[in-house]
Amino acid sequence: MATITDPPSEGFRLSQLLYDTRYRSMTIQVIAFILIMSGLWWLANNTVQNLAALGKDFDFGFLSNRAGYDINQRLIEYSNNSTHGRAALVGILNTLLVAVLGCICATIIGIFAGVLRLSKNWIVARLMTVYVEGFRNIPLLLWIIVIFAVMTESAPQPRDFRENGSASMILFDSVAVTNRGIFIPKVVFTRSLGGNEVHTIEEAAPDAEEEAPRAAVGVYGSSRIATGGAGGSSNDDAAVSARDDDSASGVSREEGEIIPTSSGTDWVLILGVLLASVVGARFISRWATARQEATGIRPKGAGWMQIGLIVLPVVAVLIALGATLEYPSLQGFNFGGGIQLRNSLIALWFALSLYTGAFIAEIVRAGILSVSKGQTEAAFALGLRPSRTMNLVILPQALRVIVPPLISQYLNLTKNSSLAIAVGYMDVRSTLGGITINQTGRELEGMLLLGLFYLATSLVISGAMNLYNNSVKLKER
Amino acid sequence: MKKSVFYGTLVAAGLAGGAALAQSATLSEVQSRGHLNCGVTTGLVGFAAPNASGEWEGFDVGVCRAVAAAVFGDATAVEFVPTTGQTRFTALASGEVDMLARNTTWTFSRDVDLAFEFVGINYYDGQGFMVPRALGVSSAMELDGATVCIQTGTTTELNLADFFASNNMSYEPVPIETNAEAQQQFLAGACDVYTTDASGLAATRATFEDPSAYVVLPEIISKEPLGPLVRHGDNEWGDIVRWTLNVLIAAEELGITSANVMELAQGTDNPEINRMLGTEGEYGPMLGLSQDWAVNVIAAVGNYGELFEQNIGEATPIGLSRGLNAQWTDGGLLYSPPFR
Amino acid sequence: MSETHSHSASYVRREMLPQQDPPALQTGAVKWLRENLFSGWLNTILTILSIFVVYWVLAHILPWMLGGIWTADSLTECREIRDQLYGEGGREVACWAVLVDRWHQLLFGFYPDDSYWRPILSLIVFGAAVAPVLYESVSRKLLLLTPLAPFIIFWLLWGGTIWGPLAVLAGFVLGWAVFRFGEPVIGSLGATLAAILVPILYWLFAAGPIASGLSSALPIGIESVPSDDFGGFMLALVIGIAGIVLSLPLGIVLALGRQSDLFIVNKFSVIFIEVIRGVPLIVWLFTASLLLNYFLPPGTNFDLMLRVIIMVTLFSSAYIAEVVRGGLAALPRGQYEGADSLGLDYWQSMRLVILPQALKISIPGIVSTFIGLFKDTTLVVFIGLLDPIGFSNSIRASTDWNGVYWELFIFIGLCFFICCFSMSRYSQFLERKLRTDHR
Repeated sequence: MATITDPPSEGFRLSQLLYDTRYRSMTIQVIAFILIMSGLWWLANNTVQNLAALGKDFDFGFLSNRAGYDINQRLIEYSNNSTHGRAALVGILNTLLVAVLGCICATIIGIFAGVLRLSKNWIVARLMTVYVEGFRNIPLLLWIIVIFAVMTESAPQPRDFRENGSASMILFDSVAVTNRGIFIPKVVFTRSLGGNEVHTIEEAAPDAEEEAPRAAVGVYGSSRIATGGAGGSSNDDAAVSARDDDSASGVSREEGEIIPTSSGTDWVLILGVLLASVVGARFISRWATARQEATGIRPKGAGWMQIGLIVLPVVAVLIALGATLEYPSLQGFNFGGGIQLRNSLIALWFALSLYTGAFIAEIVRAGILSVSKGQTEAAFALGLRPSRTMNLVILPQALRVIVPPLISQYLNLTKNSSLAIAVGYMDVRSTLGGITINQTGRELEGMLLLGLFYLATSLVISGAMNLYNNSVKLKER
Repeated sequence: MKKSVFYGTLVAAGLAGGAALAQSATLSEVQSRGHLNCGVTTGLVGFAAPNASGEWEGFDVGVCRAVAAAVFGDATAVEFVPTTGQTRFTALASGEVDMLARNTTWTFSRDVDLAFEFVGINYYDGQGFMVPRALGVSSAMELDGATVCIQTGTTTELNLADFFASNNMSYEPVPIETNAEAQQQFLAGACDVYTTDASGLAATRATFEDPSAYVVLPEIISKEPLGPLVRHGDNEWGDIVRWTLNVLIAAEELGITSANVMELAQGTDNPEINRMLGTEGEYGPMLGLSQDWAVNVIAAVGNYGELFEQNIGEATPIGLSRGLNAQWTDGGLLYSPPFR
Repeated sequence: MSETHSHSASYVRREMLPQQDPPALQTGAVKWLRENLFSGWLNTILTILSIFVVYWVLAHILPWMLGGIWTADSLTECREIRDQLYGEGGREVACWAVLVDRWHQLLFGFYPDDSYWRPILSLIVFGAAVAPVLYESVSRKLLLLTPLAPFIIFWLLWGGTIWGPLAVLAGFVLGWAVFRFGEPVIGSLGATLAAILVPILYWLFAAGPIASGLSSALPIGIESVPSDDFGGFMLALVIGIAGIVLSLPLGIVLALGRQSDLFIVNKFSVIFIEVIRGVPLIVWLFTASLLLNYFLPPGTNFDLMLRVIIMVTLFSSAYIAEVVRGGLAALPRGQYEGADSLGLDYWQSMRLVILPQALKISIPGIVSTFIGLFKDTTLVVFIGLLDPIGFSNSIRASTDWNGVYWELFIFIGLCFFICCFSMSRYSQFLERKLRTDHR
């Protein structure tokens, strides 16, 4: 609104603050600023007064106190002797883990479902519609709970894997699908950089004599607290030993044998080598392209060189470290060894992916539909095959429509991961925002940290994705 | 109250300076409001749950009703506010509820650090373990390496960590938000062990399709004295809740039941009964209540024993035995200070 | 040309052949099947796979659902009936009896049974109030109801004396009157300020006494229902609808603020929107439940449901602001310039030209925001409000129904699906109507 007004000749009057367009916006802003600041001050002042009335202080010291509770899924070392701060960190990593896994998986599911929904195959298209509408119109919380329950109901219990049990491991006895999670083999190293322990007899299962004196620690006796009817009394019948004693004590090893382990440094080394090889492969690819553009002939074997450059160094490092696979095996109550992908993680991951995938499917569908049919026809007229048409013509154009809403879906998925508590996945909401707040009574500090974490994560994700968006969006000249 | 609430919203909640909640005047506030706000669980079998007609029932609910009967002479003058493990203390501290009767364990830090006042113990509980019989476990000491379902937001997870750590055993915790889900997980075999308070275990087990397929292990790994609590700083209100609970306990000891309380309130040979029921002395008015407050309490909800038998006792599907919760004369821990 | 050709070439057939039926493979169901299901090996595999999946799911669920038991008083009784019907250890069947026993709680919570007509009537009033906004074919006269609807609904749901809502409504009328008659006297700015200040003063000091005076003089009212009694789907709807309706004005202001050239206003709007959107609703709900009391003057205390509504309003206002911003951005530049060229000031141009158009194209977005918010109301279960999921937990906590699991979730899921699906269909209908390009 460009307004041309002659500057008033006489001096400054107070009414100019309101009626002169040069000053009015300033006046409004100052008033808004004062109002907002006084509002904030009012809130802060109330908080201080309320805290004083309750006899609480504002102090983050609780983060360095002993947490006292256990977390089943942890990406870093943690025990109940660790601090609340570390518990929060474990939670943060868990949140990020499920968010990253979920975003990847949701994108794949979403693209498949979105493309299949446009399929000419009637039944497939209908099925995808049912999937998309079902997940879009029923609350996520319900899906998380239902998927978690379906998984525990349908998969066999570890008990069933015992001899004569109804279930068995799959893929050459290397993977066990149980209702506590999926157990997969783990890569371990006999020459680990973190150092290997040597098996000694003392490390074997503790003797019976040792067990006796500590048997009563932490028990407050039993009989007098009501345990209800027949429950407590008939334990003797139950003592029939169904446990497999051999498996309970773990895998038997000979003395002096090296126990394979894996340490962080091993993985840093492997990832570093992998990264270096990938960068190298990119250079080869670029060189080959440059040659092709210069001479018209792509150097022979460039593709093989790239594959070799990526695979060989990693294989060499793995051999040097003495990599072997540690297979999961039934030990006592549960499977031991290998990596356990816990049911809570899988259920949450799965539910988040399916839910967000339904939204992404719609975005992908809308994106593909937004590219006009003439583009496809033109590409066909040029003689491009359908797959190349998709890759070179349709997708690059659809991507521009797809990416911005996709970003907000990633953000939603990350925020929705805070529902982890429903399946007992220990994300940051359950550790810092749940048990820690509950045990320490520091809700103000805890919620503040929690909010800041989510805010920071959201800003980082949207920042990163906006960078990507800028790189794919239509360059207007 | 609703009107003020409505205006409050309209004035952007900011300008609404409600009547200051005087910490020492809970009783007068409750009386002027006309009903008691009592915090209960969102649902725990036998302790608090709404029935088909929407009335809350259960052992903890009985305590709330008793306090309402003491204050108003009307056991229905109470609004039940469902709270979760996470929100319960804030609800009490902020004055949203006047008292909490929500199987809350009396611990040092809750009493001192969180600034609450536990007025007594209405149920002596302890954390136990339940396992499927097929597992062949007869003692908690055999649980090394087990997967354990726990309900979050309670002292349970801390007790569990302490127990396994002090016995040098490992375990895998599976934290679950609600009892219903924990039950489903346990029945499906996603965990070997379900741990919560022994009363909860018994109540849960009672509703299984085949209860005999599950055993409650004999070990009790913690002390869980559960009791109603109020805010620090209002001792008069704390006294009312405390002595209402004591009325329930003492009535059982003295043989006063909801059936005979009216008769006994005419006067008896036992001076303690007379003092309690208001035919002697001025005990009700000392609390700021009516003379027949204790009569109202017992007439409305019965004595402790009646409350127990009605909600969680052996005649109910839950079938808890009295155990530690018997009168001290019967070898239990219930021991009310005298009305004197 | 063809005619001459046909004359010259004697071997060309002169008469038409009778029409033949297309080959069997190219007609009816067979053709449809071939084209739609088995048009290639990939499609064939997909089809067979899909049929198998559908069969597998139905084979597992249908017997369980259809064999369900509808009349029983408890889960134990359900199991007894099942054992009688199908023999001991026979098949598992659903126990729908829990729904027969408790459906009213899942839908209405603790709302008194003889007053169920009130929430239902409120829903009808709400529908009637938004109908003229949502459908162009509905009579414009219904728009008169729209501003009154919030007060009618509030009174119907919470009950109590009718004078309370009326007294509040009078405040708005007062504000309008002050603006209307004050503008010629004290100018536009003064009148606006007065129109804001006078009603606030009225609500703070006069509305309460007036309402209580009137209600004691002329007691017209219905049974009052405390918010603690709200539960089930009704709670989800009340929170969802209140959140969206209340957040609309705030959202519009925020959207305008974000578009504004004024530096401070703009930055504050951006910060507010981003902070609200960057943090999950569940954290905000915990804030409402655990922290809101810290932020208000010492001693202020109001019920949890209201705190949740306030928080949900703030939360959805940030989302609405983004939707409205999208609508504002989608308007052609010429509309802004046209309004400016008519000499309208900022508020006039917004009120008369820009917002009516921007809001209209924002309706589909607002509806989807509402669907999202409605689904998210299930999160209030974590702070102890008894929404449908919360109620399912309470129902399982009664000795009768402890152990019932799937039946409740299926019912809840179905109810949500019906609500959300119909709303999303409406939103799609609107999008189709608003789409002007013909492709």
